[in-house]
Amino acid sequence: MRELSYLEAIREALQQEMRRDPRVFVIGEDVGVYGGAFGVTRGLVEEFGEQRIIDTPISELGIAGAITGAALTGMRPVGEIMFMDFTTLAIEQLVNQAAKIRFMFGGTATVPFVLRCPAGSGTGAAAQHSQSLENWFVHVPGLKVVMPSTPYDAKGLLLAAIRDDNPVIFVEQKLLYKTRGPVPEEDYTVPLGKADIKRAGRDLTIVATGVMVARALEAAEQLAREGIEVEVVDPRTLKPLDAELIIQSVSKTGRVLIVHEAARTGGYGGELAAIIAESEAFDYLDAPIVRLAGRDMPIPYNRTLEYHTVPQVENIVEAARQLAQGRV
Amino acid sequence: MTLTPERQRDLLRQMWLIRAFEEKAENLYAQGKIHGTMHLSIGMEASAVGAVAALQPDDYILSTHRGHGHCIAKGADLDRMMAEFMGKETGYCRGRGGSMHIADVAGGNLGANGVVAGGIPIAVGVGLSQKMQGTGRVCLCFFGDGAANSGPFHEALNMAAIWTLPVVFVCENNQYAMSYPASKAFAIPRISDRAAGYGMPGETVDGNDLNAVYAAVSRAVERARAGEGPSLVENVTYRWRGHSKSDANRYRSREEIEAWKEKDPIARFERWLAQAISLSEPDARAVEQAAYAAIEAAVAFADASPEPDLAAIEEGVYA
Ligand SMILES: Cc1ncc(C[n+]2csc(CCOP(=O)(O)OP(=O)(O)O)c2C)c(N)n1
Ligand SMILES: [Mg+2]
Repeated sequence: MRELSYLEAIREALQQEMRRDPRVFVIGEDVGVYGGAFGVTRGLVEEFGEQRIIDTPISELGIAGAITGAALTGMRPVGEIMFMDFTTLAIEQLVNQAAKIRFMFGGTATVPFVLRCPAGSGTGAAAQHSQSLENWFVHVPGLKVVMPSTPYDAKGLLLAAIRDDNPVIFVEQKLLYKTRGPVPEEDYTVPLGKADIKRAGRDLTIVATGVMVARALEAAEQLAREGIEVEVVDPRTLKPLDAELIIQSVSKTGRVLIVHEAARTGGYGGELAAIIAESEAFDYLDAPIVRLAGRDMPIPYNRTLEYHTVPQVENIVEAARQLAQGRV
Repeated sequence: MTLTPERQRDLLRQMWLIRAFEEKAENLYAQGKIHGTMHLSIGMEASAVGAVAALQPDDYILSTHRGHGHCIAKGADLDRMMAEFMGKETGYCRGRGGSMHIADVAGGNLGANGVVAGGIPIAVGVGLSQKMQGTGRVCLCFFGDGAANSGPFHEALNMAAIWTLPVVFVCENNQYAMSYPASKAFAIPRISDRAAGYGMPGETVDGNDLNAVYAAVSRAVERARAGEGPSLVENVTYRWRGHSKSDANRYRSREEIEAWKEKDPIARFERWLAQAISLSEPDARAVEQAAYAAIEAAVAFADASPEPDLAAIEEGVYA
């Protein structure tokens, strides 16, 4: 199959859906001629014009409100917040308005938008441009949260998210933009709320999100050489979560390591651990549930410190090995 | 307030230091010595230096992502600044902050800021605190044209005005917020026109004319110090370089950039000094060369400085 980068896969989804559905438009800071800070929307303004690829002032709350209002009245906007860190400025409209409208209005209205949020560390951008805030949104009833880890999933999930009738926070980890993988040219969707087994194994389950999926797969490769067979499960959609697939996997392996980049305390891993502990998988657990997450600290600028702030392949290998060998 | 010839010469020196620092920064980046990105203010030196010249040493500033110039104008130690830029333990933030977060708190620079408009509401608090404590100090808050369209700008200017706080808002209008031209981003001709909406004086000046910036900001500082409240000063200027390292300059023409290079604020100030204080050409070149030498020395210091100790990674983390 043809290969695309993660970034190109997202762009292709936007392009194909805009050709198919005149209600879809893109709105955000520098999404037009600049092509977005990371180049995701490059070329789109040339094809669709400034009416549908809309540059905004630096007004994140305004962007969130604009997509909410447009979605409420018949459009299917795709907003972009240049760095997920700046959803902090948009959060009133997202949390109090967009997330609540459908329920609060007794089901008489829907808010079908997608908000794309480049996130994560690893680029030397320091504490205010490197955060992973996905769990803030997971906590809010009324928002869907999607976090694709491969180019294939990125395209299929974005198409599904745009077609979904509800607000979707779409988390794109910046480090993934250049990663490549097979992506079909045709229109396809990856359904929201469906997890994926990225690698099958019998000894241990790793549940990983975003960029940690690739790191978990690399770790699994190394561990396989030691005779430890790891199963890697990618939730893909954090909310609504496909708990069933995770519970099945953990029931099979009896050991689970949860890996994410976001800070540990209050992170998604806590929720995953609770869901597993509350499920029938609990009876099959041979060891405590283990979390590997970002340190509870701001992301430092210095390259070495930054590297050691979030889980890396070697940390995953070590944690998984300990867990598989019953040393936890 | 007129500046003494020595002071004027010193302002020229500061502008050259900024130019030299940023050219070196660019160069270090090209060599792969810098992780991350940076925002250069080359072409905007008169705005930073002219504005900070209107302050007393113990006054405060709040800076932006494009903050190297503000930091140098506020009197930062170049060695520690370069060390921070290079992520070293000897840097102002011990390598934790980097280019976008250099802060010289002891020197009154309360920090560059990675968030557009992030410093503007803080300026309200700094001004409030000066008023409550009766320090007589003024807070000068830099921000860009792009920042003037964010919500925090509006909340902050109103609060500073209703409480008559000793704050000077300095908008460095370099005419673009990344790719978005101010001509499209505002439905009013001048950003300073917004001042009227908050009940404070607003003034637009040629931001490449150090004297004009100095004069306008001095008026605003005097007003603030006299307890008459905040002002908004708009310095119209231009950045010669791309927004950051990811910028391909698709949104503006080479001709436009070249035309603004003709309006070099440093050359302009030198021409003026030649008239005003008979600064000779060799004198001017000596100032320039000394600035480049000081930056080389700062790089040598930073190069020789240790990296932060990995064992101390969580030091200072309290929650
Ligand atoms: C709240 C927020 N939104 C977006 C960004 C990304 N960003 C960084 S600088 C910038 C443009 C800022 O324009 P302006 O205020 O005019 O300052 P300039 O870069 O021109 O100095 C943008 C959009 C950010 N850092 N913070
Ligand atoms: Mg600007």
